[in-house]
Amino acid sequence: MSNVIACIDGSSLSEHVTTASVWAALTMRSPITLLHSLEKPPTRTAEDLSGSIGFGSREHLLNELITLEEKRSKLALEHGKLVLENAEVFAKQAGAEHIQSLQRHGDLIETLTDLKDETRLIVLGRLGSNHSIDAHTVGSNIERVARTLHNPILISVGEFHPPKNFMIAYDGREAADNAIQRIAKSPLLKKLPCHLVMAGENSPERQQKLAKATQILEAEGFEVTAYLESGSIFSVISHYRDQHKIELMVMGAYAHSKVRQFFVGSNTSRMIIESPTPLLIMR
Amino acid sequence: MIDTIKRDWLSNIKGDSLAGTVVALALIPEAIAFSIIAGVDPKIGLYASFCIAVVISIVGGRPGMISAATGAMALLMVTLVKEHGLQYLLAATLLTGVIQIIAGYIKLGTLMRFVSRSVVTGFVNALAILIFMAQLPELTNVTWHVYAMTAVGLGIIYLFPLLPAIGKAVPSPLVCIVLLTMFSMVYGLDIRTVGDMGELPDTLPIFLWPDVPLNLETLMIILPYAIGLAMVGLLESMMTATIVDEFTDTTSDKNRECKGQGIANIASGLLGGMAGCAMIGQSVINVKSGGRGRLSTFIAGLLLLIMVVFLDDLISQIPMAALVAVMIMVSIGTFSWESVINLKKHPLSTNIVMLATVSIVVATHNLAIGVFVGVLLASLFFANKIGRFMVVKNSFEEASNHRIYKVVGQVFFASADQFNAAFDFKEAVEKVTIDLSSAHFWDITSVSALDKVVIKFRREGAEVDLIGMNEASATVVDKFGVHNKPEEVAKLMEGH
Repeated sequence: MSNVIACIDGSSLSEHVTTASVWAALTMRSPITLLHSLEKPPTRTAEDLSGSIGFGSREHLLNELITLEEKRSKLALEHGKLVLENAEVFAKQAGAEHIQSLQRHGDLIETLTDLKDETRLIVLGRLGSNHSIDAHTVGSNIERVARTLHNPILISVGEFHPPKNFMIAYDGREAADNAIQRIAKSPLLKKLPCHLVMAGENSPERQQKLAKATQILEAEGFEVTAYLESGSIFSVISHYRDQHKIELMVMGAYAHSKVRQFFVGSNTSRMIIESPTPLLIMR
Repeated sequence: MIDTIKRDWLSNIKGDSLAGTVVALALIPEAIAFSIIAGVDPKIGLYASFCIAVVISIVGGRPGMISAATGAMALLMVTLVKEHGLQYLLAATLLTGVIQIIAGYIKLGTLMRFVSRSVVTGFVNALAILIFMAQLPELTNVTWHVYAMTAVGLGIIYLFPLLPAIGKAVPSPLVCIVLLTMFSMVYGLDIRTVGDMGELPDTLPIFLWPDVPLNLETLMIILPYAIGLAMVGLLESMMTATIVDEFTDTTSDKNRECKGQGIANIASGLLGGMAGCAMIGQSVINVKSGGRGRLSTFIAGLLLLIMVVFLDDLISQIPMAALVAVMIMVSIGTFSWESVINLKKHPLSTNIVMLATVSIVVATHNLAIGVFVGVLLASLFFANKIGRFMVVKNSFEEASNHRIYKVVGQVFFASADQFNAAFDFKEAVEKVTIDLSSAHFWDITSVSALDKVVIKFRREGAEVDLIGMNEASATVVDKFGVHNKPEEVAKLMEGH
């Protein structure tokens, strides 16, 4: 539970992911790990639909595949090294002290799962290297990371500036209460003005919940502005964000099942796509 | 979950669709040929291939692997079909599925580690030989036309891919079948065709419960077959999964594959198909044609059914000679030719294991027995090898008439005699010390061998002193958990 893991893939967002990681690492006095995961797409041999197999077909096919992958992997390895070296130089310039570079083969999720015990915060870009920067979507890794791992995740959406305030999208569920507890205890956002925003009908029950959460945060020295408005989560939150010039959004993620998401869509994904500010996701 | 589905199904749509089509075309002759081996109508194998391929593409643990009706399984059904008929085969298929699902839940897939490389090679070679031998009845007592057509067929299969441009764009087995069928139809040759071998599917498969009495007697008939089918099916599937793993440099979920094979077989049995499993040759063809995901297996199964149902009139015209040519190709492609070259390089014991597996399978037509004997032989050879890792050194202290034996190495059933023989009981000494601190006693045989040695020395009037008994016998206990803890293993191996 100590490292800030910056997931670097050489895309245009990697630089900002590094900046965000350095900020988080310095604020929490954590070492920083620059992680590059070498993911491997399936290899295809030269088109051969002859459908015939003869003497030693198996051995030939295996050798052909090995030769192809060897070449490609060497290139990927070199490229990854360069990306990491660049990121390291960049992080040093930004003032980070304990930097470790890590290059691993395999799926990003698997690698992060292996590292989860020494992870304090994962920093990801909104989109990976296989998207152009203005694509209106969420990188395929974000949802998988958020669903698989229980570490907090900081998503960088563009250029990163240290936030001067933050807001918490609060829904009163138990998970949200846990998130409040963790934020209250964490040094990451200490001393920043906090906006606690809840969407939904103005009922005594909700007000009570909101007051309690405010109390928890205030007890740890946060300056809290609580706000409750009826309406859909998405519109209430984005409206408030724009109005109060919020610079970092904290929220829970993917509380609903995949099945529901398939039919209804996900609030979280929508929020990440639309957000102009970095997001901190608490699971 | 949705991401896994995307990755497994949609990451390689073009490659999977093309490869699936190639495989579907190759599956048709194989399914027909294997039905003939099993002694049932071609439609039983064709329905099975459709059903198994489609179901396994969804529930299997190895994306990109092809499963359908196979020769290995067909060979095991022959007597059941002959003596009891099709309905009992369908019942046995259901039971096979149930056994395989249980095997998946109790994680029997991990037992594959006891099947050594030589046994796998033996299995593959035996399978290839059996597929070839199964073609022989089609080549005996026939006119010269059949031989000529088979030879031409093989020529087309192997030479067509060498043509520039179209050679690698059209499956050559398909070209072989189409050309030979056209030739025999045009010239009206009087040779055997697929239509002569039994019924072809003319409708989609329908759900049916096997028409057998549900009693103990039925169970006793089908159980031995089901066990053999389940074993062979899982063995071939696990082996094929390993081969595909190697090709694609990815891992597969072997226990999910076990359960998947079971579900696929149950589905096959309920739709009037025979039992099947993964196919080595077809999986190689699939990967070679660019198939990687589940979609390839799914398309192969679906397309097979569509083609068969709509083209049944044409398929029944395919001359058996064309089918034989395709099956000889499958047999050549399945056989591990490298293993023949390796016979010179590999140690004798390895070769014996491989050849024994092959010959027993060829003699019994039962891959399960062959693998069993192969594994047994391999274990014996291994025990014999490790048994040689034991020496007893000795030294003598003249002043006190004292003989010191130091045992180093592995003492167990295979080395216990050698252990006994290392002591000189005829020597008249007053004191004997046996130092066991560098020895490992692996089983009760070794402990009783030591007891015998001590008793014998005492009978000769010597005083016996054992050193390091506790360390040496720590390995007797069946502490399998030890293997997972490096520090425990290090402790056990101290003194080596």
